Amino acid sequence: MIPAAFDYAAPATVEEALALLAEHGDDAKIIAGGQSLLPVLRLRLNAPEFVIDLGKIDRLRGVREDGDALVIGAMTTHSAVANDPLVAQHAALISKAVATVADAQVRNRGTFGGALAHADPAGDVGAPALALGAEFVIAGQGGATRTVDAADFFVDLFETAIGEDELLTEIRVPKHTGWGAHYEKFVRIAQQWSIVAVAAAVKAEGGTISEARVALTNMGSTPLRATAVEQALQGKPATEDAIREAVGAVADGTNPPTDLNGDADYRKHLAQVLTRRAVLTAAGG
Amino acid sequence: MTVTDDRPAAEIGKDRRRKEDRRLITGSSRYTDNIVLPGMLHLAMVRSPFAHAKITAIDTSEAKQASNVVAVYTAADLDESAGVLINAWPITPDQKAPVHAPLPADRVSFAGEIVAVVVARSAAAARDAAEMVDVDYDELPAALDLKDAVADKVLAHPDLGTNKSALWIFDSKEAGTGGDVEEAISAARSDGVVIEREFRQNRLIPAFMEPRSVVVDPTGEQLTMWSATQVPHIVRFALAATTGVPESKIRVIAPDVGGGFGGKLQVTPEEWLAWWIARQLHKPVKFTETRSESMMAAHHGRDQWQKLTLAATKEGKVTGLKVELTADLGSYVAIVGGGVPVLGAFMYNAIYKIPAYHFACQTVLTNKTWTDAYRGAGRPEATFAIERLMSDLADELGMDPFELREKNWIKHEEFPFTTVAGLEYDSGNYEAATASAKEFFGYDELRAEQARRRDSRDPVQLGIGISTFTEMCGLAPSRVLGSLDYGAGGWEHASVRMLATGKVEVVTGTSAHGQGHETAFSQIIADRLGVPFEDVEVLHGDTQVSVKGLDTYGSRSLVVGGEALVRAADKVVEKAKPVAAHLLEASVDDIEFSAGRFGVKGTDAGLSIQEVAGAVFSAHNLPDGMEPSIDAEATFDPINFNYPHGTHLCAVEVDTETGQIKMRKYTCVDDVGNIINPLIVEGQVHGGLAQGIAQALFEDAVFDERGTLVSGSFVDYLVPSAADLISFDAHHASTPATTNTLGTKGVGEAGTIASTPAVVNAVLDAVRQFGVKDIVMPCSPARVYAAIAAGRAVDTGSASEGADQ
Amino acid sequence: MTKIELTVDGSKVSDDVEPRMLLVQFLREKLGKTGTLIGCDTSNCGACTVHLDGHAVKSCNMLAVQADGSEVTTIEGLADTYDGGELHPMQAAFHECHALQCGFCTPGMIMRSVDLLGENPDPSEQEIREGLEGNLCRCTGYHNIVRAVQTAAAAGKGAQA
Repeated sequence: MIPAAFDYAAPATVEEALALLAEHGDDAKIIAGGQSLLPVLRLRLNAPEFVIDLGKIDRLRGVREDGDALVIGAMTTHSAVANDPLVAQHAALISKAVATVADAQVRNRGTFGGALAHADPAGDVGAPALALGAEFVIAGQGGATRTVDAADFFVDLFETAIGEDELLTEIRVPKHTGWGAHYEKFVRIAQQWSIVAVAAAVKAEGGTISEARVALTNMGSTPLRATAVEQALQGKPATEDAIREAVGAVADGTNPPTDLNGDADYRKHLAQVLTRRAVLTAAGG
Repeated sequence: MTVTDDRPAAEIGKDRRRKEDRRLITGSSRYTDNIVLPGMLHLAMVRSPFAHAKITAIDTSEAKQASNVVAVYTAADLDESAGVLINAWPITPDQKAPVHAPLPADRVSFAGEIVAVVVARSAAAARDAAEMVDVDYDELPAALDLKDAVADKVLAHPDLGTNKSALWIFDSKEAGTGGDVEEAISAARSDGVVIEREFRQNRLIPAFMEPRSVVVDPTGEQLTMWSATQVPHIVRFALAATTGVPESKIRVIAPDVGGGFGGKLQVTPEEWLAWWIARQLHKPVKFTETRSESMMAAHHGRDQWQKLTLAATKEGKVTGLKVELTADLGSYVAIVGGGVPVLGAFMYNAIYKIPAYHFACQTVLTNKTWTDAYRGAGRPEATFAIERLMSDLADELGMDPFELREKNWIKHEEFPFTTVAGLEYDSGNYEAATASAKEFFGYDELRAEQARRRDSRDPVQLGIGISTFTEMCGLAPSRVLGSLDYGAGGWEHASVRMLATGKVEVVTGTSAHGQGHETAFSQIIADRLGVPFEDVEVLHGDTQVSVKGLDTYGSRSLVVGGEALVRAADKVVEKAKPVAAHLLEASVDDIEFSAGRFGVKGTDAGLSIQEVAGAVFSAHNLPDGMEPSIDAEATFDPINFNYPHGTHLCAVEVDTETGQIKMRKYTCVDDVGNIINPLIVEGQVHGGLAQGIAQALFEDAVFDERGTLVSGSFVDYLVPSAADLISFDAHHASTPATTNTLGTKGVGEAGTIASTPAVVNAVLDAVRQFGVKDIVMPCSPARVYAAIAAGRAVDTGSASEGADQ
Repeated sequence: MTKIELTVDGSKVSDDVEPRMLLVQFLREKLGKTGTLIGCDTSNCGACTVHLDGHAVKSCNMLAVQADGSEVTTIEGLADTYDGGELHPMQAAFHECHALQCGFCTPGMIMRSVDLLGENPDPSEQEIREGLEGNLCRCTGYHNIVRAVQTAAAAGKGAQA
């Protein structure tokens, strides 16, 4: 219950934070909302020597529009994202998924960027970001900034494209205004991590799916985009039978875990059922 | 007799809001971990990561050098005054039980066992230094799986030579309470029905919300221990019996205690170590476990295999029941660990007239966390078994499950009824409770909906589960306990003190930890003495105040402790009578006591009992030779157990595509006799239901192949939240108990006992149509889905005919 | 040691704390606010819930240093209840509806329930249940907790009308 001792700084700017990262290297750990980090520290599963708190960097918080994109500051809390009218309008899938993260108290502290950078495959923010083709803005040493596509951002279990001396500053989400969206999350008890979840955004016109975005939570070591399913859905009527057929192969090539909640085959089966339901709901069915 | 207008309304039966609440809702609570004493030192435990290992070396030198560390202890430091943890219920004379020292000498026998203790000036320093203790282990093969363990494949404690701890048998023919079960079974095999099943009772973690905590203050003449315990009196006795400190020098206090459910009726290594270390260092010490420590080291519950054979006629009359139980004790025989299955032994016949009965239980040692009482203790297992069997039998015979039950249960006019297990049930009305439950539930409408969903092949199928139950609670008649080789009696103590100001101080030997004794007991005394509810103060949970008692477990507080209160109060009245007569200048024979007032027959003259108390305090004018006290105490030993019963109905929706279960409706009608406070009774039922439902659907303490507890936190051990449960439709029926003055029955365990089989029967009822006969608890979606898929595969001869087709 | 300044239950406090000290430990051990309780080490149980700048958070799941400059309200600051003062409507509803037994989850449950009604003054039963998903209770089966939140919501509506 008591973390190992560490030194601490709460820089006021991204530049100061990057300088601290450069100085402490491997020994440092960034704390954003801390909702995943603190349990790890309390259980002493990790014991960094230095903790850099991003909580005082105001410019990392907030949601704004930038042309065709919505820009979400990395330190924006889940609650703020879930309740943000711009997100609801232009990236409803993210609103819906983020509203299912953990519980209200955790959403009040936990941050969108922090959860993405933590990259827990059972977390609920990766799949919607991936589905909508988000871009990740990463600040590096010496004022460098680079942008990484969602497809390249998630590298492995708890591993992203963010380098050791870099910081995730914002997430740019292409606007999906007018798309239907649904996040279908499967759990045994409410506050559990997703056993499997499916993020689906659908553009439907006159009962026909013109475009679809689908990504899976906890079906592998990273969130997975179901591009084959997206293609199969294109041009299909938004009916249960048509969707059932189009999503039939959603679990192909996935590598879900086996644990107390079910084995890999069960998860593959769930992925099929949940994808059908997610797409159908997103399509207004 | 004159009834005056100011006669207080009856308190018993009133839904009084609780006296306990204010401190708890305002944050003025006093849980053990809140206590801070001058110079207090903090303990941190070094625990074994291995289920079974030889300790080859412990290096404490670095930890001892760490700043703010005061001491580090290992088993080598302990002496006789450290005591041992006791097993109070050796269920057979030849029971095998390893010695349970607070620290094991050279071998750990479960993952989480304490091997060293660090004492430091702060909890943080203690934890830091604990990480520096270097322990070398030689890992040994561990006895983990219960069925392997009973075959002695690997020994949990090699020096004992076997894992089999005790074999306890009850046979109705031998006991003269019924016939020969083997005869009944073979008769049924040739001309009847035999249902054979093997059920798994999942291992559960009591998961009280307050982690265990202990503070010991060795300063002053008397040693004081505060502990988050259900059993301060038993802790005091056990400390005295094993650590050499006289009982008179020990004060144990259970302050506010955050739940127990049986999980805190233990005497623990943590308490014993804190006690010994405080005495070594002459300083107050505190230890509060983390949740993770609690999950692996506080005792678990259930964990049994039940092999069952039920014999019946083709008409559905049960003729015999054979129960062969294997029960996992974990690595030590806990205080009443061996006795838990024995508490179930008398309940497998439940509410039914079963002519022949045989029960055998083998308790088994393994290298897992020790097990002991968890809400219901033995009785939920028994109820689950028989209620599953009755529903399966009904299914086998194509009979309505209610009709089958009714055919076999004891009719209300047959009470008192002596059962095949040898108990005498005093009262009950199963017909009434069941009829009422069916009506509240909307049974016929739900059956109709079920049929519609079946006909339309709805992916979401409805299931309706039935469970009736009775239980033996109110532990317990001391003679019966003696005959079962239990180490103590089952009486309870109370005293009533009439204070000078008119207030009444009531002391009970029971020890509440959420049950609301301060409120319910005030109601009893207010009625019995005719004093205002507000004037009664109930004291408990401190052995220096409550000098005598046997604490709270087994739904005993009201039916045993409450009766002690009644008797003490009646003695107060009897003692006050001559004083009243003296003051009213009347003959004692003419004094009547009613509604708090001593009156003189045929006159308006009278005195309130509070006025009499004032007169006794001043003692200016008492009858000659009378001692100036009307205080009284009573110790009550029940002559029988107490038998609440009820009928529970559960409807679940099963998503056949995923196996997900959604609870639709839960109705119960519990007969707990006369009710002191309906609000508190309902609360007990609700909480019990949640725990029983959780056993059926969510909770499971799982160990991996090396003996590590996988579900060792609330991340993996699935305690349901509000979002995972529904509002309950809970009602009462009432046939008063005949074995206590108030006619009350225990309610603490009822909900837990009845709900588990009701839920599982409901799940099975939804999926029997697919050929499913059993689903192991907890009925997780994965298991439910697998069962449906397997059933369908058998039905159609094709495994690929999945639900998603 | 890091210096922090914050407001707790209406009083300004400043202290030097180890960066590793959790907010709940600061509240309990440094300020004696023992009304806020610790029930787990994985931030599942919610017993330690307090308000941080008006919203419910788990005080075990943040560092005291992270609360620097913030306003924290604990169960002890919800209403001026010392010396028999009036309860907060949510506290009163918990009492009235018998929404607690052992009381250990209660401070956190009340703090979260107050926040829940702040977000949604007129929640459905399902919204209440889901809104309380981060708070575990082992005694009540939640039945009466849900009733209490409904009662407090109704009282709140009555007060506004």
